[in-house]
Amino acid sequence: MSELSVVGTRRPKVDAVAKVTGRARYTDDLRAPRMLAAKLLRSSRTHARIVRLDVSHALALPGVHAVLTGADLPIAYGILPVSQDEHALALEKVRYAGEPVAAVAADDEETAERALALVEVEYEDLPAVMSIEQALAVGAAAVHEERPTNVHRAAALEFGDVDGGFEAADHVREDIFFVHGNTHVPLEEHATLAEWDGSKLTMHTSTQVPHYLQRALERVLELPTSRIRVIVPALGGGFGGKCDPFSHELTAAKLAIVTGRPVKIALTREEVFYAHRGRHPVLMRVRSGFARDGRITAMEFRCLLDGGAYGSYGAASMLYTGALQTTTYAIPAYRFEGLRAYTTKPPCGPKRGHGTPQPRFALECHLDKVAEELGLDPIELRRRNLVEPFSWTVNHLRITSCALEECIDRVVEASGFEEKRGRLPHGRGVGFAVSAYMSGAGLPIYANELPQSEVQIKVDRGGGVTVYSMATDIGQGSDSVLAYLTAEVLGLEPADVAVVSADTDLTPIDLGSYSSRVTFMAGNAAVEAAERMRALVLGAVAEQLGLPLDRLVLRGGRALDPGDPESGVPWVEAIRIAAASRGPLVTAGSYRPPDLAGPYKGAGVGPSPAYSFSAAVVEVDCDPETGEVRVEKVWVAHDVGRALNPLLVEGQIEGSVYMALGEALLENHAFRDGVHLGPSLLDYKTPTALDMPEVVSIVVESDDPEGPFGAKEVGQGVLLPVIPAVANAVHDALGVRVDEVPITADKVIRALRQGRVGPKRLPDFPFRDAVRVDPPAQWRAAP
Amino acid sequence: MTERTLLSLRVNNEEATVPVAAHRTLLELLREDLDLTGTKHGCELGECGACTVLVDGEPQLSCLTLALDAAGREITTVEGLARGADLHPLQAAFVELGAAQCGYCTPGMLVSASAFLEANPAPSRDEIRAALAGNLCRCTGYVKIIEAVELASARMGAT
Repeated sequence: MSELSVVGTRRPKVDAVAKVTGRARYTDDLRAPRMLAAKLLRSSRTHARIVRLDVSHALALPGVHAVLTGADLPIAYGILPVSQDEHALALEKVRYAGEPVAAVAADDEETAERALALVEVEYEDLPAVMSIEQALAVGAAAVHEERPTNVHRAAALEFGDVDGGFEAADHVREDIFFVHGNTHVPLEEHATLAEWDGSKLTMHTSTQVPHYLQRALERVLELPTSRIRVIVPALGGGFGGKCDPFSHELTAAKLAIVTGRPVKIALTREEVFYAHRGRHPVLMRVRSGFARDGRITAMEFRCLLDGGAYGSYGAASMLYTGALQTTTYAIPAYRFEGLRAYTTKPPCGPKRGHGTPQPRFALECHLDKVAEELGLDPIELRRRNLVEPFSWTVNHLRITSCALEECIDRVVEASGFEEKRGRLPHGRGVGFAVSAYMSGAGLPIYANELPQSEVQIKVDRGGGVTVYSMATDIGQGSDSVLAYLTAEVLGLEPADVAVVSADTDLTPIDLGSYSSRVTFMAGNAAVEAAERMRALVLGAVAEQLGLPLDRLVLRGGRALDPGDPESGVPWVEAIRIAAASRGPLVTAGSYRPPDLAGPYKGAGVGPSPAYSFSAAVVEVDCDPETGEVRVEKVWVAHDVGRALNPLLVEGQIEGSVYMALGEALLENHAFRDGVHLGPSLLDYKTPTALDMPEVVSIVVESDDPEGPFGAKEVGQGVLLPVIPAVANAVHDALGVRVDEVPITADKVIRALRQGRVGPKRLPDFPFRDAVRVDPPAQWRAAP
Repeated sequence: MTERTLLSLRVNNEEATVPVAAHRTLLELLREDLDLTGTKHGCELGECGACTVLVDGEPQLSCLTLALDAAGREITTVEGLARGADLHPLQAAFVELGAAQCGYCTPGMLVSASAFLEANPAPSRDEIRAALAGNLCRCTGYVKIIEAVELASARMGAT
């Protein structure tokens, strides 16, 4: 691929200058003439029936234009078709402190806030349900009264002969882990600006998923999608936190329709903590059987998720806690039991890594413990179980390109792991872990057989190229990736390519920026559209110049025969020739992943057209007096398939390491007495520039056969191994185990006193007998 | 109607005179009255640093500064860092090294860094970390931001 001129080169993002000059416009930077400001009244109670709700005084306040309550938006919605359990404003009861109850549109925010204080709400308190244990306890208050229990979703699946695998094992070990929840904290607080022109709704809004929001608006407002336009301005970070349709979006839309005026709602930081949709707290038990040589004979995972008050992505999150363990290790028999419980807290959802960091933490710590018991080097234990490239897992996942082994080699060598492990002074240690992640969910959120991504390309007479895609640049650089790929195929510079993105009126479908899908899916669609444009242009040029088509290429702004650099015509001339003979220079491409779902209920979660692989080493310095854990350095090797722009790949690696360290050591979406412990950036600690260690990023390229120019994901996968690597490093440093994250100083001190800190048991739950699924035909047990 | 006072100040080398309510913050004044939306808000409680501007050359959190306290002062926002079409060396370095991902912390980060380099033209990496510790970023892990400040410092020292 040496002839590539754009792909693989370090270059700025296409929107970089706009972002450093303050020109980039985010949602709350927008204003519309006659715009009203709206605010949401949020529940002060954790779990309560709404006995009386009187908005008459609020409505009477001068400057107030409309007040809405739950009855004004009575249609339930939810991001997943199986969980339509939310309302824009609470109906009859509230299920978490901070849940929106009423909305006011007024001349300005101050008036709206004064009006909120005039809304009279009388609550009848119900018992709070604040943990998995409380949710599953006999006699627990029902979070959703129409349901017999607080179990939102449960699943039990078994692949291969699990009991036989345990019987054949020489060694069986069981461990229990807990991951406290945490939240995204995008620096941009969610905002939305709704406009209604009498027949059409236009929303400028901070969402990662304009298409799914459009569908929720269609349902709740009972408007056809043809009359709903969703536009995503510059977006100030998402990390999964802007993937749901939100109360403030539906409410602003309704207020715009009711008042006939543009309505903006900008959430405060405190409200963003209530909007949440972050990492699920998960209580996990992992049990594995091993042969004497360290080969896994069977594994089972039981995962109990604390879902919060509503479904959100939870049905998928729950399955994700079981799906991807098999993508790094060739596990010959695997059982998964998962459950998501409703609790009276803000709903959990997808955060970077969606449902997989928790079990990955458990698995990688568990393996270190197993290695210790078996007297094996922890890396050697993993090497003996590694998944093979181009293989199938026992739970029907197709692995294609896989450079996991190279990732391990590179990171171990760069870090000096083997020389350091067990040999650093007391208090210092190194830890290791690996992981894998999807390059896009194989299945869309709602069942359909349509493309997941489409891209259109238009070329104008001056040679300028415009790429249209609904893919949403949330800071990860998807606009840039589309420009790079298109420029590469057409032999141009990215500066010659304009990208129009994330506008449901102007751009063709892309399902959104989640599950690390955009580079792979929108990227493939862009490559296809660009290749069609190239064929169209070169066909016309070949005809006009009387040259054989197979000799022509687009390169360096020319259509030419590469054997004769003097040949051919400049791009602008080429496209004039093409427009004259071929008509409008417009092409389109699309991408739909191959059908990969296995033959069982729940098989839609886990398949991906390709997986990224990562290995991480973390070196820590722990203070045995204070319990403080300081990360000294992190080495990560990541198989990204191909780095379309190494600069952006490194940025994603570094950002993932950062977010993982925050989760591992600091961040905790915690509650006390039914309310959030500290919904502010002072109380919810995130790492600062002073906390961030040096990061060594090693980019590994496995050239995926189905990825655009071989590329796979990099936005999420790197987060996964870093958290368990921290825990394993703490163990190497101090000889004790903290089996829950965050690993805070108090837990380290307690672990030093008692050897281990972590959960001791899981609450009982009568899972149904697991559904037995035969391994795929292509699967074969490791010899 | 809230009582308003006529406020005069200089913003990015231009005079501005605006009627403001006593409780209006400098952040609100810049964003809503002067349409300088480059300055961002991430908390409006002084916790995140996104709203950092220079007041007489000193970095200040505009969300915690009353607009009236800026009377007669010289304010510099991210829009005022470039010289015409020429980016400030920090801006250029942020572009080149990919130090802005979502870009939302970037204006505050740049403004903090510009005052810091003014006072400390050749800082160590640890000094840079300390100087930017009040500006939160959720995307970059600060790595490329710190590298960009180093690059800008080297270039500014060389000229």
